[in-house]
Amino acid sequence: MISKDSVAHVASLAKLQFSEADLEKYTDQLAEILDMVEQLEQVSTKDVPVTTQSIHLENVMRPDVAKPAEPVTELLKNVPTKKGTLIQVPAIIDKEDD
Amino acid sequence: MNFETTIGLEVHVELKTKSKMFSPAPVTYGQEPNTETNVIDWGFPGVLPSINRGAYQLGIMVALALHADVTRETHFDRKNYFYPDNPKAYQITQSEKPLGTNGWVEIEVNGKKKKIGIAELHVEEDAGKNQHEDDGYSYVDLNRQGTPLVEIVSKPDITSPEEAYAYLETLRQIVQFTGASDVKMEEGSMRVDTNLSIRPIGQKHLGTKTEIKNLNSFVHVRDGLAFEEKRQQSVLLSGGEVRQETRRWDPDAKETILMRVKEGADDYRYFPEPDLPPVTVSQQWIDEVQASLPQPPAERREHYIKDWGIPAYDAGVLTQTKEMSDFFEATVAQGADAKQASNWLMGEVSGYLNAKHMELGQVALTPEHLAGMIKLIGDGTISSKMAKKVFKEIIQHDTDPDHWVREKGLIQLSDPAKLTPIISAVLDNNQQSIDDFKAGKDRAIGFLVGQIMKQTHGQANPKVVNQILMTEIKKR
Amino acid sequence: MDYFKTSLDQLHEQLRAGQLTSQQLVDETLAGIDKIDPNVAAFLAVNADGAKKQAAAVDAAGIDADQPLSGVPIAIKDNIVTKGVVTTAASKILANFNPIYNATVVEKLAAAGAINVGKTNLDEFAMGSSTENSAFKTTKNAWDYTRVPGGSSGGSAAAVAAGEVVAALGSDTGGSIRQPAAFNGIVGFKPTYGRVSRWGLIAFSSSLDQIGTLTRNVKDAAQVLNVIAGHDERDSTTADKPVPDYTEKIGQAIKGMKIALPKEYLGKGVDPAVADKIKTAAKQLEDMGATVTEVSLPHTQYAVPAYYIIASSEASSNLQRFDGIRYGFRAKDVHNIEDVYVRSRSEGFGPEVKRRIMLGTFSLSAGFYDAYFKKAGQVRTLITRDFEAVFNDYDLIIGPTTPTVAFKIGEKVTDPVTMYMNDILTIPVNLAGLPAASVPAGFVDGMPVGLQLIGKPFAESTIFQVAAAFEAQNDYLAQIPGGK
Repeated sequence: MISKDSVAHVASLAKLQFSEADLEKYTDQLAEILDMVEQLEQVSTKDVPVTTQSIHLENVMRPDVAKPAEPVTELLKNVPTKKGTLIQVPAIIDKEDD
Repeated sequence: MNFETTIGLEVHVELKTKSKMFSPAPVTYGQEPNTETNVIDWGFPGVLPSINRGAYQLGIMVALALHADVTRETHFDRKNYFYPDNPKAYQITQSEKPLGTNGWVEIEVNGKKKKIGIAELHVEEDAGKNQHEDDGYSYVDLNRQGTPLVEIVSKPDITSPEEAYAYLETLRQIVQFTGASDVKMEEGSMRVDTNLSIRPIGQKHLGTKTEIKNLNSFVHVRDGLAFEEKRQQSVLLSGGEVRQETRRWDPDAKETILMRVKEGADDYRYFPEPDLPPVTVSQQWIDEVQASLPQPPAERREHYIKDWGIPAYDAGVLTQTKEMSDFFEATVAQGADAKQASNWLMGEVSGYLNAKHMELGQVALTPEHLAGMIKLIGDGTISSKMAKKVFKEIIQHDTDPDHWVREKGLIQLSDPAKLTPIISAVLDNNQQSIDDFKAGKDRAIGFLVGQIMKQTHGQANPKVVNQILMTEIKKR
Repeated sequence: MDYFKTSLDQLHEQLRAGQLTSQQLVDETLAGIDKIDPNVAAFLAVNADGAKKQAAAVDAAGIDADQPLSGVPIAIKDNIVTKGVVTTAASKILANFNPIYNATVVEKLAAAGAINVGKTNLDEFAMGSSTENSAFKTTKNAWDYTRVPGGSSGGSAAAVAAGEVVAALGSDTGGSIRQPAAFNGIVGFKPTYGRVSRWGLIAFSSSLDQIGTLTRNVKDAAQVLNVIAGHDERDSTTADKPVPDYTEKIGQAIKGMKIALPKEYLGKGVDPAVADKIKTAAKQLEDMGATVTEVSLPHTQYAVPAYYIIASSEASSNLQRFDGIRYGFRAKDVHNIEDVYVRSRSEGFGPEVKRRIMLGTFSLSAGFYDAYFKKAGQVRTLITRDFEAVFNDYDLIIGPTTPTVAFKIGEKVTDPVTMYMNDILTIPVNLAGLPAASVPAGFVDGMPVGLQLIGKPFAESTIFQVAAAFEAQNDYLAQIPGGK
């Protein structure tokens, strides 16, 4: 059973926030969905490989050739706020230099 | 209580490619913000990545140069986290099956050699850049977004800040020699994340580690780690506990400053990247890359010392970069004396490049011309004084030194048949100096040589002049 | 233009002969949309000016005699990006998003001379089975305005079924083309994963999403697929295989065709009346010389939970880019980056999208990955093996597309698990990456029933062959939806 605290933690990972009432609702719904998912436990999957892609391709790569950049005026068209050619965002409080 | 230190280093190296890791946008530096990007770099809805084979190959090259096992069957994974410089809010990287594992480099500290293990290395995409300003906003430039990186993770074999320094320097050289990267800390093509923990000697499990950020040079890494080592020791000795923290090196104050305390591990929710099919590396591909690897710096140093009698220190300087090492070897191959070639490269050439902030490839000097000049000095055709003039010419212009000295009449006058009459004439006019010399005043010789040089416009070979002068003076 | 009576071939003939210009056809189509769409609400945006310009250009250049789509207006699901035409994925978070590039399928349609007449409604980010999860409007079933059109390609299906357009593009992640096609009594075609480029399809679940077609006629579907299929260097998951002419087997007899009917597809939860229609269809196929044999796909019941883990996990990652920074909705009065993220996303996404993001984030999070994401990926392998085993002996698998006919608007939207179970018959196909179609197979209580045909990887032509033969035996298209 998933707890309200776990749901709140998952919400923080997903950058979502819920009202107290919604948090209750989502907790109930997620619990119901996870109940359904628990059926999977009935399936024996010992030594069964994981499928992550249904088409069996490999080594699809392109040569190291540069194509021209997109015009910056085009790229900036949908930006909510900008300065010059920079994208502007409200301050990052945690100034980590990554 | 005595402690032992364990240091972990994660080194990010930008791979030198024309296009980005997962997008065909150009890789350039110093352009206007966001002008070297495309819709993939921006993470627009519906865009898809594609793998740059050239970048992957450079990754294999680095892996082989670091003696790592190249993973034959691998795939990319997504590392999920939100940050403005990370437009998709996931980074495409290799988590489950890194490109290479189990490598090593050999370092030398205070004459002692030691192998440092490399746990893994993987290729991934770089993030863009955030600029923080005082106007309440941050600004995002995505030009760097998608630049191919290889991340090299050390095993917990490094036990002192000095070893960390030596490891980084060795790693830098090895990677630089492959040509896969410029590996310049000052330009950001090499970046270092460190962590350090200490534990009482004999304790089995590692202590709590702290991470240090903002280390912009190898010296900062060494000093930052040394500070952190002492800080942790004093915390433990005063009965405290080391917390899992991220700290920042302040190079002016020469101390690490707490940025944040880490609570639990980050949850990056890695999973296989569904937009990219897996990568299989064939033995043939590995063999091809292996065959293309240039001789590594350590082997070259040994060769210089053993076969050419170059001092160990000089051999080290000559193998700082592949360009320098290649130039040196080519100069010797053109017939120059190795010791002379080494002296010129470490002296005049390096001095010139440093003063002008240039690199070997950016000046006109060729190994052939440098060797030509060294030969002219060796056979007495030009004096060392003249050589400075010749050097100035050949480093700036594509000029053949032999041809040039003849054309400019800079050839040294060494022929006794020509020099003897000039010397005799000088002696004829300076009887006082002859007398002084015979009275034991050696200084008089200097004056006479000066007069001879003046007569020959500086072209007389001083060695020959000396011999003739002594013979002639004794005749009088 | 009466699209109820006109196939692509017939339109093409009129255009080629000069009895009709592309501009006239566009004008008539726009007039039809004006008349019909207030009831059906299939379109989010009608591209009137753009369509007229495109049509004028096609007329000026001349109709391409070898290209049945030349000059023909087509509707496009609004999760497929169209340069210069606002593309929303039916989400508030993209309400004003104006793409600066085209999806590959949009480029290919344009190159074939097809006209983009407008963008159709869908469940937000294609997450849903009823189109009720659109942030903007509720599309109605063309046969009964109180019922859902299915989803997520509900707008495209309703637009075709109601006679607004001859063909539309949709996308299918767990049945999002086939289920609305079945609910609206038309043909829905989902190609093999990797057959059509996903470049420009706003990703829901990258390993399951595939673009396909919604049309009234089987041959029309083949003709549209002929245009949009093919390798694309911008989508590394597309197959580098030649594209056959998908109409080539249409009209060929199906005598000797070995068809499998999985018993699980007529089992618990499937309306007996719907099952009867499928049995009747099976009988018809046998009468045409095919053999229909009962088989088993034993892991079918695990497809829905596996699907919801895989699709939601990928979606949770794919939808992280909607962060209010570079495009799309940014919440008002936000003063730090955390608020930009949390408030933009919380205000910008609807409830179903949030539910899936939550489920997916949970499934990938530390400590749960193995039990959820990895386990689901293993079950996916078993489901794929089920199909492979059947396809060793059979050419085609048939079954119902949906367990029931279209349900009422509002009936299931508050109950996620019941809604999810509605997709049990379409989801296994996506997990295995197979091609599949839904074709009209009669009516139950006046509402259409769909017959699903599932093929081997890249055996689209076989599906078209059998679907066309089945279509020719019946006259379901003669019944015209009236709405009510």
